[in-house]
Amino acid sequence: MRTLPFILRLSWRDSRASRRRLLLFSSAIVLGIAALVAIGSLGANLDRAVDGQAKGLLGADLIVTSRNPFGAEMLAHAGAQASAVAREQSFSSMVVFPDAGGATRLVNVRALEGRFPFFGELTTEPETAPARLREGTPVAIVEETLLRQFEVPVGGRLRLGSAEFLVAGALRKLPGESTAFSATAAPRILIPAAALAATGLTERSVLVRHRLMLELPPGRTPEAVARSFRERFRADGLGFDTVAERRRSLGRALDNIEAYLGLVGFVALILGAIGVASAIYAHVRQKLTTVAVLRCLGASAGQSFAVYLVQGVALGLAGALAGAALGVGLQMALPRLLADVVPFPVEFFVAWPAVARGIGAGVILCLLFTLLPLLAVRRVPPLSALRSALAEAEDVRPDPWRLVVAGLIVVAIAGLAAWQSGGWREGLGFTAALAGALGILWLLARVTSWLARRAVPRGAPYVIRQGIANLHRPNNRTVLLLVSLGLGCALMLTLFLARSTLLRELASAGAGTRPNLLLFDIQDDQREALARALVGAGAPLLVEAPIVTMRLAAVRGRPVEELFRGTPRGRPDEAEAARDGRRGGEGARRPASWILRREYRTTFRESLGGAERLVAGEFTPRASPGTEVVPISVEEGLMRDLGAALGDELTWDVQGVTVRSRITSVRAVEWRRFEPNFFVVFPAGVLEEAPKFHVMAVRTTDAGHAARVQRAVVAACPNVSAIDLALVLETVDSVLSRVGFVVEFMAAFTVLTGLVVLVGAVLTGRLQRVRETVLLRTLGASAAQLRRIQLVEYAVLGCLAAVVGGALALGGNALVAHFAFRIPPAFPIPVLAVGIVAVAGATVAVGFLANRGIVRQPPLEVLREES
Amino acid sequence: MNGETMLKVERLTRSYDVAGGRRLTVLQEVSFSLAAGASLAIVGPSGSGKTTLLGLCAGLDRPSSGEVELAGTAIGELGEDARARVRNAHVGFVFQNFQLVPTLTALENVLVPVELRGEGGAKAEAEARALLARVGLEERHEHYPVQLSGGEQQRVALARAFINRPRILFCDEPTGNLDGATAHAMTQLIFGLNHERGTTLVLVTHDLELARRCGRILRLRGGAVVADGLA
Repeated sequence: MRTLPFILRLSWRDSRASRRRLLLFSSAIVLGIAALVAIGSLGANLDRAVDGQAKGLLGADLIVTSRNPFGAEMLAHAGAQASAVAREQSFSSMVVFPDAGGATRLVNVRALEGRFPFFGELTTEPETAPARLREGTPVAIVEETLLRQFEVPVGGRLRLGSAEFLVAGALRKLPGESTAFSATAAPRILIPAAALAATGLTERSVLVRHRLMLELPPGRTPEAVARSFRERFRADGLGFDTVAERRRSLGRALDNIEAYLGLVGFVALILGAIGVASAIYAHVRQKLTTVAVLRCLGASAGQSFAVYLVQGVALGLAGALAGAALGVGLQMALPRLLADVVPFPVEFFVAWPAVARGIGAGVILCLLFTLLPLLAVRRVPPLSALRSALAEAEDVRPDPWRLVVAGLIVVAIAGLAAWQSGGWREGLGFTAALAGALGILWLLARVTSWLARRAVPRGAPYVIRQGIANLHRPNNRTVLLLVSLGLGCALMLTLFLARSTLLRELASAGAGTRPNLLLFDIQDDQREALARALVGAGAPLLVEAPIVTMRLAAVRGRPVEELFRGTPRGRPDEAEAARDGRRGGEGARRPASWILRREYRTTFRESLGGAERLVAGEFTPRASPGTEVVPISVEEGLMRDLGAALGDELTWDVQGVTVRSRITSVRAVEWRRFEPNFFVVFPAGVLEEAPKFHVMAVRTTDAGHAARVQRAVVAACPNVSAIDLALVLETVDSVLSRVGFVVEFMAAFTVLTGLVVLVGAVLTGRLQRVRETVLLRTLGASAAQLRRIQLVEYAVLGCLAAVVGGALALGGNALVAHFAFRIPPAFPIPVLAVGIVAVAGATVAVGFLANRGIVRQPPLEVLREES
Repeated sequence: MNGETMLKVERLTRSYDVAGGRRLTVLQEVSFSLAAGASLAIVGPSGSGKTTLLGLCAGLDRPSSGEVELAGTAIGELGEDARARVRNAHVGFVFQNFQLVPTLTALENVLVPVELRGEGGAKAEAEARALLARVGLEERHEHYPVQLSGGEQQRVALARAFINRPRILFCDEPTGNLDGATAHAMTQLIFGLNHERGTTLVLVTHDLELARRCGRILRLRGGAVVADGLA
C-alpha cells in the first residue's frame, strides 16, 4: 500500500502524452452507457408516472365490460355498489363529413352517459366541450387528428348513421388511452348517449361493446365489487378492469419495452468496451519498454500492472460519467418522442439508480475487457529494456488468467443482461445470441483478412495493393472494425428489413384480384341492397360470410367454468388437465384463459375458403337439421392452443342455445389474406336461424374508388362499417414507424459506437501509420497516392462491414419473419443498398478525418509530434 | 567496504531453444567475483554474450545453470518480484538507449526508483535536484526526454541510477549512442559519481578507452571468458 501513491502518480504522469487519445477511446463506451442510462431513467420516470396517475389511468375505480346491454338488475347492482355510475356504448361505424365532400372514415363511436371520467381529465379543445356533451344535445367530440385530416373545424358537421352532429371540440386525451394508436387505427368520436338512438346504428349492430364505469365509495375495493358482479352475473361473461390491473399490465408493457431497448443499448456498450480494450491493447504495446524499464528499476509485476490498470479504470470511469451525462440529456428528449405513445404525461427527473446502474455496467465491462490486454503487462521481462526485440515480440505463452478474465466477461455480460432484461433466461439467451453474432462476424473478418492476403492480383495498381494489404498486415484492425461496424449495421438493417417484410406482406394481402375492402356489421335484410350498391359503385361482391357469435361452454364434456374452478389465475387446474390429457405432454397443456373465455365469431358454409387448406380429417359441407353433435372444422393454431385433437367434443353457447360439436377436420388458414377467415367453421344447415350478421369483401382499384364505394355503402346502409386495406397499412406503418423510430434511434447507437471504435482504431494505429506514411513520402509518394491508399483501405473495410452486417441482417430478418411473423422474409435491395453505401461512406469519412494531417505535414514534423 | 564481495558469478550458463530442436548456448560456464567498490568492464565482439551476462548479473534474466550472488543475495532462486526488490534496493542502471520514461520530466524520471519504494517527498526531490545539478542539468528539470539531446538524456539516466544510492551500477554501452565529446563527458561523470559514492561498477562496452578506466576487464568470446585481468 505504500506504493499506491506512486502507482496513482505514475499512472497520471504516464498518461500525459496520450490523455486526449485515451479520452477519445473512452468515448467508445459513452454511447452505450448513455443509452442504458436514458432508457433506465426513462423507465423510472414512466414507473413514477404510472404510479402517480393512479386512478387517472382508468378514469374510474372499476370498469365492467360486456358484449350485451346491461340489464336492469345489473344496473341496480352497480348503483348500489357505487357512489357514481357512468355508461358507455362503443362500436365501429362510418362517419360522414358532409362539409368535406361527403368523405367517410371508419371510426370508434363512444356514446357516453354520466360524468365520466371520474378521475383524470378528458382533455379537449375547447375545454368546454365535455360540458356541452353532457347536456345531451347532438354534439360530438372528435379525435383531433381526424378533424385535421378532413379539415373540419370545431362547429362543423358530421353524420353518424342517420343523425347529424355538431363538432363541439377536438379530443386530445382520454384517461388511460394512448393517442398514437387510436388516432390512426380507429379515431374516437364521443357523443351523448341520449343522441345515440337517433343514429339508428345500435339497433342493427351486434358489435357493440358496453362499459359501466363505477366510482366507489371509500372502503369499497374494486376487487370486491368485481367479485360481487362475477358471482351474481356469472353467465353474462362480464369483463373487469381495475386501476391495479391496468397499472400491472401497463407496468409490464413498459418493463418489456425498457428491457428490450436496454438490451439494444447494452449491445452498443459491449461493442464500445471491445473498442476500448482494443485501444488499450495498442496503448499497452507502446508502453512495453517503459514497463521493462520500471521493472529494471525495481517495480514489481503487480505495480507495473497496477499503473496501467488505474489508467484502464479511469478510462472506463471517464467514459461512464460522460455517458451518464449524455444519457440524462437524451432522457429529456425521449418522453417527447413517446408523447403520443404513452397514455399519460411523463414528468422528467433524473433516476439516480439508473444512472448508477449505467455507470456500474460501463465501469465493470470496461474494466474486464481492458484486463485482457493489460494482463500482458505482468509478463513484460525486464530484460527487454536491454533488448528491444523482446518488447516487440508478442508473448505467446499460455496465461491461465486470460481464461479467468474471459470467463468473468461472459458471466458479467450474462449477469448484466439478466439484470437489464429482468430474467436469467433472457440474459443467457442474449449472451448466446450475441456470442453467435460476434462469432460469425469474427469468422467472416478472419476470412476477409485471409482473402486480402491471398486474393489481390499482383498486377493491381500499387495503391490498391497497399490499401488492401493494410487489412492483413500486423496490428491490423480488420477483425475489430468488421465486428463492431458489422454488428451495428446488422442491427440497424434487421430493423429496417423486418419493417419492410411486414409492410410488403400486408400490402400483398390485397394484391392482384384479392379483396382490399372489408364491409362488416351487415344485417340479413341489408344484404341484397348492399350488393346492389356495391355493383353500382363498380365493386362487385367477391366474398361473403355469415357470422354467428358464440362462446365455448365445455371442452370434451367439461364445462369451461369447471376448468377454471380452484385456479387462482383463472387457468384450468394442471392436475385436472394432466388427468384428462390423453395425449401425454400435449394433453397436459393448459389452454390460456382467453382461449376459453373469448367470443368466437364463427361462420358456416359448404366448402373451404380460398385462404384455407385441409390438414387433417374430413370437411363436412352440410349437416342435416337436428344433428345432435355437429361436425365442425377448427383452425390448426386454435387446436394447439386448446390442446384438442380430432374427434374431441366442443360444446358452444350460441347466444343462449347450447350446441354440441365434434372436431372432424383441421384447417390451415392463411390469415394474412385480407378477407374474412375463421377459427371455427360449422357446416351449412345448422346455424342458419341463429342471430347473425354478414361480412362482405370487395376489391377497389384506387383510393378514389375506395372512397366512392364507402360513400355508396354508408348511403345504402349507414350502420355498415368498412375497413380499407390501405387504412390498415397506414395504421401499421404509423405504429411501426413510431415504435421503429425509438428502436432505430437506439440501434443507431451501435452504429455510432462502431464509428467511434473506428476512430479509436485509426488513432491507435496512427503511430505505425505515420512511420509508414513518412517512409513512403520520403521515398517519393505523393499526397494524392497516400490518400488513395487510405481510401481503398477504408472503402474496403466499410463495404465489407456493411456487406457482412447486411448478410447478418438478412439472416436476422429471415428468423424474425419465420418465427415472429410466420411469413416469408422480404429482400428489399434498395434498403440494403442504402445501408451498405451509408456505412461504407461513413467509414471512409471517419477514417479520413481521423487520419487527416498525416499526409499534408512534412515528414519530420509529424515524426516529432508523434514520438 | 573493501574486501566484501558485491557480485559473485559461478559457472553461469545461458542457452536458448532455437528452431530445429537445437539449443543455442550464448554464455558458457562464466565465473568471476567482484569486490565492493571495484569496477569491471565486460568487453568482446558483438554476439559474445556481454549483454546476456550483464542481464543475468543484474537479475533481469534467469540463468540456465549456475549462480549469481548480488550484494550477498543469491538471486537465482528468487522470484521475479523478489529480484525486482533486490534491484530497487541495491542496483542502478544505465542503458545504451537511455530508456527514460518518455511521458515523465527529467526530475520525475530521476525520482521513479525512490517513489517506487514509497519514499517520495521533499527530501527525495531535493536529492534528485542535487543529482541533476551534479550531472549539469539543473535548468532542465521540467523537460521531457524528447526535449533533451542524447547526452542530456543519458545524464538524466545516470542521475536516476544514483538516486537510490545503489551499491552496484550496471551500465550497458553507456556511451554507445553518444558522439566523442559527449561520450567523454559521460565517462567522466560515471567514474566521478562512482568514485564519490563508492559504488561497484559493471559496464559492458565496445569502447576500449572506457574499459581501460575500469580496474578490471573481462573479455568474452563466443559466450566464454577468454581473458580476465587488470586494465
